[in-house]
Order: sequence, then structure tokens, then C-alpha cells
Amino acid sequence: MDIVYTLWLRNIKRYLRSKSRIVGSLGMPLFFLLALGFGLNSVVQIPGEGGAGYMEFIIPGIIAMSVLFTSVFSGIQVIWDKQFGFLKETLVAPVSRLEIMLGQTLGGATTALIQGAIILVLSLVIGLQFSGMTGFLIAFVFMLLIGICFAAFGIAIASKMEDMHGFQLIMNFVIFPIFGLSGALFPIESLPEWLRVVTYLDPLTYGVEGIRYGLLGTSAIGPLTCLGVLGGCTAVMIVIGAVLFRKASI
Amino acid sequence: MTAIHVEGLTKEFDGFVAVDDISFDIADGEIFGLLGPNGAGKTTTISMLATLLEPTAGMALVNGVDITDDQDGVRKSIGIVFQDQSLDEELTAWENMDFHGRLYRIPREVREERISTLLRLVELEDRKDSLVKTFSGGMRRRLEIARGLLHEPKVLFLDEPTLGLDPQTRNHLWHYIKSLNTEKGVTIILTTHYMDEADRLCDRIAIIDHGTIIAMDTPDRLKDRIGGDVVTIVSPDAAAIPAIMTAEWIIKTELHDGQVTIHLRDAETHIVELIGLFGTHALEISSVSIRKPTLEDVFLYYTGKTIREEEAGTMARMRMMHRAGRR
Repeated sequence: MDIVYTLWLRNIKRYLRSKSRIVGSLGMPLFFLLALGFGLNSVVQIPGEGGAGYMEFIIPGIIAMSVLFTSVFSGIQVIWDKQFGFLKETLVAPVSRLEIMLGQTLGGATTALIQGAIILVLSLVIGLQFSGMTGFLIAFVFMLLIGICFAAFGIAIASKMEDMHGFQLIMNFVIFPIFGLSGALFPIESLPEWLRVVTYLDPLTYGVEGIRYGLLGTSAIGPLTCLGVLGGCTAVMIVIGAVLFRKASI
Repeated sequence: MTAIHVEGLTKEFDGFVAVDDISFDIADGEIFGLLGPNGAGKTTTISMLATLLEPTAGMALVNGVDITDDQDGVRKSIGIVFQDQSLDEELTAWENMDFHGRLYRIPREVREERISTLLRLVELEDRKDSLVKTFSGGMRRRLEIARGLLHEPKVLFLDEPTLGLDPQTRNHLWHYIKSLNTEKGVTIILTTHYMDEADRLCDRIAIIDHGTIIAMDTPDRLKDRIGGDVVTIVSPDAAAIPAIMTAEWIIKTELHDGQVTIHLRDAETHIVELIGLFGTHALEISSVSIRKPTLEDVFLYYTGKTIREEEAGTMARMRMMHRAGRR
């Protein structure tokens, strides 16, 4: 456990030190929130959501987006460690690769959680109603799960990649579709049948719906289903990440 | 006691033999040098001993622990300074040390005390809270060496410790390495392609080329073994010279880079006779030098090439191998 903590600590230190990264990665979620939220609030009517405005509807989606991007990116950062040689220093120590991988994952998930929390607080300023401690706690559980799941996913990708050249490809063809198909920006009930099936296959959907349940009190998928599916996905992703990281060459 | 015992160690990459059936023993407290051109197999050898690469064949014991059976056992007892930098630039010197100490599960009090001592040893204590990205190459190297010592390893591997450093810093580092060895009794295995570095630092040297050890002894004995003195002659007629070097006091003559290196006994008494030979055969001489043999001559003697010529060839081969490995 102390080794996991050591790796976690390093991630947090690096994160807190890179002010530009913190501010930079708030940019896109805030842009989405403000442009789509204010832009579409008056024209879009969410069916059956008890009169919630579009702004309120997408806040959970934007929080999930922020967590998703930060966690995937922090996982992929293992590639930097590979290129700058720091990974060797870690791998030649008498510790297991599983401990290293878990430390990286939890470190990435924590930074992602902080990013998500910042968006959440900013949303309160913009007009999100405080739903009570329990609701926030539920939202944080789902944010943490998304963070762990996708940090592990990032490490899995990083273990297979030689350098950062493929990063753009992963961003455009994996991460954006995961975000776009998750129901973060639209209610999944209003989708045509075939497209709805696709959203059900996207693990982030359950994260978004879970956070939505916590913050707004309603969701298209039941919170326990969300917890079960996302929890399962997270467990599977940790296993995949750990296996690929163990096989990764230096 | 033997610090390291290597028997028939071999490493193949996709049919390319990087290390070919090498065997040697290193005693406790020795400074042992692996000397050879880039791509000779030095780093591969060290990587196998440090459990970063699995050998294709053969075995090795580090502090009596088998490198394939008990990787963690080996890792606990060794320190390694890699050829390429392996510090976290976004952390401070202290934090890099602390991270390492935690990875090796050194209790807090011991850890903090040792970090202070080591940072003082490498003269970085006043920069301990600066980010590593603000450090010069020499400072980074010193920090890496300090880090490698933090868990008090019995054996320290240094892969090209002074590569790319200026002469002053190199001298400085040599001094550290030597004192580490004498004061702390750490066994040190270093790789280098600098002849002077090997000569200055090492108790024993293995000259390695194309993955095999071609000579292994103390620097002095290696130089003695090729015998006598060395005369180097630069001449436009270099190609014709070896044929006329038939006197019984001439041990060996080698032609390379448009010059001839002659190994001979008692150069001082034979030099006039030697120059006389050029007159008889009407060959020109541009310059002559007489000296005691260096490790460079030893390398030339065993491989028939200077280390630089050897590197040119090996690097081309390495690049091809590297590309093949990526596919």
C-alpha cells in the first residue's frame, strides 16, 4: 500500500505544481457549459425532466467530461515517463508492477476528481441548485469511478503506445466518441432505438446518469444499475490496464 | 566473496546476438569496467544483471542471488544509474530522492537522514528544493548517483556515468566514484567507451566488442601484455609500411586511418634503426610519435580497429536493429 501511496503522491505533487494544466483543462468543459448551456437553454426543452432547463441538464455531463479527459490524459502520461526515462527508475525498484499501476491509476483518478469538483463548484455559481449532501456524495462516488476506470484505460493505451504520436488519434476516435455517445449532452430516451443501444454500451453513460441522479435527483437509468455497470467496467479496466502494463516494454 | 558471477550470459534480439556467451567474476569491493564501443553489448549486459532484461541463455548471480529466479532479491541489493537520465524533472532534488527512498521502503527517519548526507556528498544540499529541470547535466548526474546509493546497495551499476559531461565535471565525478568505493566499500561496475575513464577508475577491465569479451585484466597488465612501446607513423606511403617491418624486435604492425601503429620492444634504442628503414625503402614520413601503450592501443591490438572506427560500424548496425525492433 505504501508503494501505491508513493506513486499517488508523486502524481498529486506534479498535478498541483502544473497550474497551467489545471487551468488549461478547465477551458474546454467551461466552454461547453457556457456556450451550450446559455446558448441552448432557452430553445431546448428536456422532455419529462420536471421542467429542468438545458443548462442544468448538461452540468452532470460536463462534469463527467472533465473527469474523463483528465483521467485518460493522466493515464497516458505514463508515455512521458517512458520517454523521459523515469519509468525505468520505478521499474528497477523491488516493487511489483501492479502496485505501480494502481498508484498511477489512483493518482490520475484523484486529479480527475479535483478537476470535476472545480467544475461542480463553478456550476453552483452559474445556477445549479444544491441538492443536499447525499446527492453530492453520490455524484462524487460516480466521479471517482469514472476517474479510476478511465485512468486505467489511459494506462492500458500508454502501455501499447511507443510515443505521443498516437495521442491525437486516441483523442479523436476513442475519447470524443465515448463522451459524445454518453448522453452527456442529450437525453438518451429521445434517441432512436439503434442509437440508444450504442449509448448503453458506453460505460460513461452510466457515470453521467449516476452524477445526474446525485445532482438533479432524476436519471434515465436507475442509480443502482449505474453503480453496478460502472463499477463492473472499472474493475475490468483495472485488470486490463494491469495486464497490459505488466507486459509493457520499457 | 564474489559480488557478481556471470556464466555464459547471452542475449538475442530477433536473431541479433547483442551479448554472446560472456562469463566473468567480480570480487567484492572491486571497480570493474566494461569497456567497448557503443553497441558492443555493455548496456545490454548491465540491463540483464539489473533484471531489466531477461537473458536468452546463461546465468548470473548478483550478491549470490540468481537474476532470473529472484528479481526482487537482486533489485534490493543493487543501485543503478542509467545511461539516459531517469529523474522526474517536475520534482525537486529532495523529492526525487524521497520518492526513491519510499520505493525501497526505507523508514522515514533513516530516509531523511541519508538523503541529507548524500545530497551533501554530491554537493547539492543548497539546491535540494529546486526543481530538477533547472539543473545542469553534471548536477543531474550527481543527483542520480546519490539516488542510486540511497538504499545502500552492495553493488552499484553506472552506465556511461560521464557521457556528455565537460572535462571538469568528469574529473569531479571520477573522484566521487573512487571515494565511494574506498570509503563505503561499494562494488562498482561501470560501462564506458572512454579509455581514460576506464584507466583512471577501474581495478579490472573487460574489453567487450560485438557482444564478446576479448580481453580482461587490470589496466596495467592489459597494457603490459601487448608489450613494449608504441610508435605511430603518419605517412603518405602508409600502405607499404607493414611489409618492411620485419625486424625481430617488432611485435606487431597495424595499418589504420592512413597511419601505422607499430608495437615494438625498447623503442628508445630501435627508433634510429626504424627510421633508417624508411630511408632504405624510399618511403616518406609525415610524423612520428613514441609512447607507452594506452588502453586505446590495447583495444586496437585485440580488434585491429580503433574504438572510433568500431563505433562507426556498430552504430549503423544498431540503427538497423533499432528499426527492426520497432516493427
